[in-house]
Amino acid sequence: MSVAAEAGRVRRRRDFLEERRFLAPVLIGPAIIFITALVGGPLLLAVYLSLTDATAGSLTGEWVGVSNYVDAWDSPIFRRALRNTLIFTAISQVVVLVSAGLLAHALIRKFRGKWIFRFLILLPWATPIALGTIGFLWIFDSLFGVFNWILVHDVLPGGQAFYPYKAVNWLLARPALPGWLEIAPIDPFNPPQWLGQPTLAMAAIIAVHSWRIIPFATVIFLAGLSSIPAEVEDAAKVDGATGLRKFWYVTLPLQLPIATVALLFGIVFTATDMTVVFILTHGGPFNSTHMLTTWAFDTGITSSALGQGAAISLYLLPVLALVAILMLRFARRTEVS
Amino acid sequence: MLAKLREQGPAYLVVGPFAIVLAFPFYWMLMTALKTEGDLYNPANVPFKWNQDSPTFDNVEFLFRETEYLQWLENTAIVGALVVAITLALSLPAGYALARLSGSWGQSVGVAIFLTYLVPPTLLFLPMSRVITELGLQDRLASLVLVYPSFTVPFSTWLLMGFFKTIPAELEDAALVDGASRLRALASVVFPISLPGILTVVIFTFSLVVNEFVYAITFISSSTERTVSAGVPTELIRGDVFYWGPLMAATLIPAIPLALLYNVFLDRFIAGFTGGAFR
Repeated sequence: MSVAAEAGRVRRRRDFLEERRFLAPVLIGPAIIFITALVGGPLLLAVYLSLTDATAGSLTGEWVGVSNYVDAWDSPIFRRALRNTLIFTAISQVVVLVSAGLLAHALIRKFRGKWIFRFLILLPWATPIALGTIGFLWIFDSLFGVFNWILVHDVLPGGQAFYPYKAVNWLLARPALPGWLEIAPIDPFNPPQWLGQPTLAMAAIIAVHSWRIIPFATVIFLAGLSSIPAEVEDAAKVDGATGLRKFWYVTLPLQLPIATVALLFGIVFTATDMTVVFILTHGGPFNSTHMLTTWAFDTGITSSALGQGAAISLYLLPVLALVAILMLRFARRTEVS
Repeated sequence: MLAKLREQGPAYLVVGPFAIVLAFPFYWMLMTALKTEGDLYNPANVPFKWNQDSPTFDNVEFLFRETEYLQWLENTAIVGALVVAITLALSLPAGYALARLSGSWGQSVGVAIFLTYLVPPTLLFLPMSRVITELGLQDRLASLVLVYPSFTVPFSTWLLMGFFKTIPAELEDAALVDGASRLRALASVVFPISLPGILTVVIFTFSLVVNEFVYAITFISSSTERTVSAGVPTELIRGDVFYWGPLMAATLIPAIPLALLYNVFLDRFIAGFTGGAFR
């Protein structure tokens, strides 16, 4: 009798453990608690710190209201960093989306040796970005780097005549070039410092970052392309849609969702990236290539102005909030369909 | 033959140039890594090929003998292994529950968890650095082990949720009918089938750890406690002195195995990453 009761109690306890209402929170709970503590906590702390004059070495400071935000805004370096972040994000996203779209369309086809191309294209994504950027430091080297070697060396063997820098200088001498480019003609005896001139350095940063994001965006595009059912293509073919018409009315609209996802990720990964700029130029020359992230690092860690630094990095929050809202909206729409 | 060319040609025209541009830096690194100093710094040499006395493994030897590179690799491996363990312990149950047990609000919680993945280290490193100091963890690998799961857990939970959704629920139901408890069904039916998916999560979590730079340079300043991503740019580059040969070797050594793994697991990564969103 008591044995049966015991068994029943064990059974009931097990049933309780099996209860969905109980089991789901138990399984999800630890992850949520952990994430809240390690993401939500610091985020709130960042907001708090940005409203104080805290410095490294103390977790609290005098309450100073929004003056950190005002001070940051009044600094010319901050303005420049904000502008750089916008330019950096916008241009690299255009480059990345166009490249990834083209690449994914090509890679979804069947062709010989596809795996080796895929391997080569994925390489930048698989490389730790801090290390990949060091490779580019060497590529942009002004004495032994790739670009300057090509530009000021006679590339035709025995030719003694064709120096590629001459063609570049001819182009640079066109009066149609906008003045803000600020690129001087190339002096073969003093070749360009790729990372030592503001416009060139920004271009280098954008190039390196695009190089790193293109494979990832391509992968997302590939996933989206392969989720378009073949029947749609067939139906378009039956209806006589070909070439550009098919691309405009069938392929492009179907890809809009996946392009949106790739873009939203790209914006977040680009606007909040610090590694490429940090290693390539560290904001130089003369603080002309700082992004919000590197400027926050220099202010908050290097200069120990914790509150100031937190305020600078929190200027990124509106961008992130916007992306989050768009993502949520997007997720809800796919759920409905 | 001609028809085949017409069909395949355009693909090559796009993929070829991109592959060359994207992979060129690796060619350049490989050339540099195996060059002798004399070859490297002679402006008369064509830099795209090996000239006098190259190739050589001197740079690799220098890297392992004269620098703390091996120690950094070791540190990275330790942090990676611990972070992967913590990540799996938290995200395996969460991913499964979100895919199976919790119905309609599961999707919302899933998306919410994923969104936290988008909160970047560059927003959190300043307050985190204070917290780490308060805890007395600065300059210790433990600080990274504690903080890295803040981005690996959301990422992995999302991937795992995608994988578990692809496994038919009937399989576990069969086990449940046979009298197994749900946790038992989970351990003996679901996890074994999703092993490839779990392995994918392990690989990508590990690579997130190897990649991380912001926390690694903020929390840790002693050279023996560096991870590879932070150690190479800070310790091997001192002022204006660049050891380009060893630097390029240091860059390639972690990149190659990671690239091979990425290729093997890419299709599964795509399935899991989009599984949560496009199903």
